Amino acid sequence: MVSSIQVEDLYKVFGRRADEAVSVLLREGGSVDAAVPGTTAAVVDVSFDVRSGEIFVVMGLSGSGKSTLLRMLNGILPVTHGRVYLDDVELTAMSARQIRDMRKRHMSMVFQHFALFPHRTVLQNAAYGLQVQGKSKQERLERAQESLSLVGLDGWENRLPEQLSGGMQQRVGLARALAADTDVLLMDEAFSALDPLIRREMQDQLLTLQQQLGKTIVFITHDLNEAMRLGDRIAVMRRGRIVQIGTAEAILTAPADDYVSEFVRDVDRARVLTARSVMDKPLHAVPSSASPEEALRMMHHQHVPTVLVVDEKGAPVGAVREPDATESVRQGHSTVAAAQRPVTRVQGDTAVSELFSAASGPAPLAVVDERGVLIGVVHQSALLAALGEVEHAPDRAGPEEGR
Amino acid sequence: MRAVPAVTDWEVPRIPLGERFSELVGWLQDNLGEFFDAISEGLDSAVTSLAGLLTWAPTWVMILVFALLALWLRGWKFGLAALVGFALLDGLDSFGSAMQTLSLVLLAGVVAVIVAVPLGVLGARSDTASRVIKPVMDFLQTVPQFIYLIPAVIFFGIGVGPGVVATVMFALAPGVRLTELGIRQVDREMVEAGEAFGSSPARILTGIQIPLAMPSIMAGVNQIIMLSLSMVVIAGMVGTPGLGADVFEATTRLQLGAGFEYGVSVVILAIYLDRITASLSAKSAVSRARRLAGAA
Repeated sequence: MVSSIQVEDLYKVFGRRADEAVSVLLREGGSVDAAVPGTTAAVVDVSFDVRSGEIFVVMGLSGSGKSTLLRMLNGILPVTHGRVYLDDVELTAMSARQIRDMRKRHMSMVFQHFALFPHRTVLQNAAYGLQVQGKSKQERLERAQESLSLVGLDGWENRLPEQLSGGMQQRVGLARALAADTDVLLMDEAFSALDPLIRREMQDQLLTLQQQLGKTIVFITHDLNEAMRLGDRIAVMRRGRIVQIGTAEAILTAPADDYVSEFVRDVDRARVLTARSVMDKPLHAVPSSASPEEALRMMHHQHVPTVLVVDEKGAPVGAVREPDATESVRQGHSTVAAAQRPVTRVQGDTAVSELFSAASGPAPLAVVDERGVLIGVVHQSALLAALGEVEHAPDRAGPEEGR
Repeated sequence: MRAVPAVTDWEVPRIPLGERFSELVGWLQDNLGEFFDAISEGLDSAVTSLAGLLTWAPTWVMILVFALLALWLRGWKFGLAALVGFALLDGLDSFGSAMQTLSLVLLAGVVAVIVAVPLGVLGARSDTASRVIKPVMDFLQTVPQFIYLIPAVIFFGIGVGPGVVATVMFALAPGVRLTELGIRQVDREMVEAGEAFGSSPARILTGIQIPLAMPSIMAGVNQIIMLSLSMVVIAGMVGTPGLGADVFEATTRLQLGAGFEYGVSVVILAIYLDRITASLSAKSAVSRARRLAGAA
């Protein structure tokens, strides 16, 4: 069981009269600027839980306090007010020695500018955490070697960081954190200094690694696309406060305020929205035992050109189009089986971007859950609408979109 | 109307700073005299034995040793230059004095480094300490060199003792400053990386900050050595042996030729020491790692 993190009423104020500023903020709430002159509030009234084994992304522009927040989670920066718990142990009450011990055993960190030690080889860098933990030389070199392999850096052990490209350097940074074998990983803008192609590659690698390792990850970024790609849940920060916490889809489809909706305007919706969030409820499906007349009646009733056919378990087995059904009636078939055509099935969590290639031909896509039961349909027009305004995307069961 | 001349006549009363200072020095001398004597004797015997060591072998052997050291640290050109330079010292009959001066510089330099580096580390770790140390260093660096000699003579008599002590005081400042600067310039993220993996402050200092600050610290050592040389020559005025005493003698007797020869000897020693210590600063942790990685 990997650790979870709880953060309660966290404040970080810089300046000589920081405590005073916090008490003003606590008493009166309100604006940060108005608190006490000469103080800067970096983190204000922040509470959240990071669940065991999830990637929790904190997203915000520079100056929003996200890096400060991260540094309070492992105690590199002392908190001005509030509490941080790792599982049920309060980190904010620990002595300096205890907190160093906690970092050795439970938390490691990946830095924006890699922070590799230039006077140590790649292998020695990766072994740093283990060295601090007091592991024997043989053990730490073995485990550092393993984690370098994990990030694909076999053969680079004896190079120096400066001999590596940026992407490779950050892999060393990741390997150093992984080798320490802590169950919490703090990542501070870890991929922000990399160029876009490498960044994407690193994101993929992190997701793959996470599937194997299942660590609790707190990931800081200013890049919304990155946040949506990586985050199981995302906290959006603005001027020290968290304005919304939710899944990528929740933030995209139901932004908490104007700031968030402004923010999500440019996001690549096709990669974030899933079939489940753009599908129509399956109002137009008939059992495979139904007659062609029933199928036609449903089409007319619902104003759709096509209905899906489901078996007795509710799994989609085909689709019937209006001309075929009419033809079937003329020929006097008793069930729709003769008229049905094959239908493409997609899982509910398939990204919209992948639906485009799946949706060939005029037939709608059948969206199924894990057990294969029909839960909705996606018409091509709904796909296009999903890429447009937020309001059009979710649960739009519009028969007028049928053609 | 009568108040006006009163204002213009007013002046700051005489402040007896000098008297107070000599009182303080006198008090220290009365109460800690034996302590200062012991230091003076210790320094004297240290310099004497070091100089004895440097002149124990035949001069041509020592010239070769200096040349080989130069060759090893900087290559054949500097090795050859050192060979010529030290041969010239011998030709000017100042090799013995130069070795005495070198002993003084080494001893004062080592003591200054031992004092300066920890002070620099302290200044880098604590802003309060830095605020105290900085003006003291400013003071030590800007007081005219000769002024150091007066209390040094009072405390340590004449000879090696006052020379070394005055030299240490005068040469300290750049070592402290460059150590503090070097450590403060280590990337904040690098230090955070140490912290994030649970390193203790001592481990971060010795494993990350000092190795990465090494080029700056070694530049400080270079400055300490150069200032030591300059002060050791001045200390010839208070009977500190070596090239300084020779220069001082030539000056008081207005011996133009001898003065020129001793001047050239000081320059040769200065260039040699500067190049040698400068090449040490190139041997930083990163460059050593670079060489090792290149070899692998």
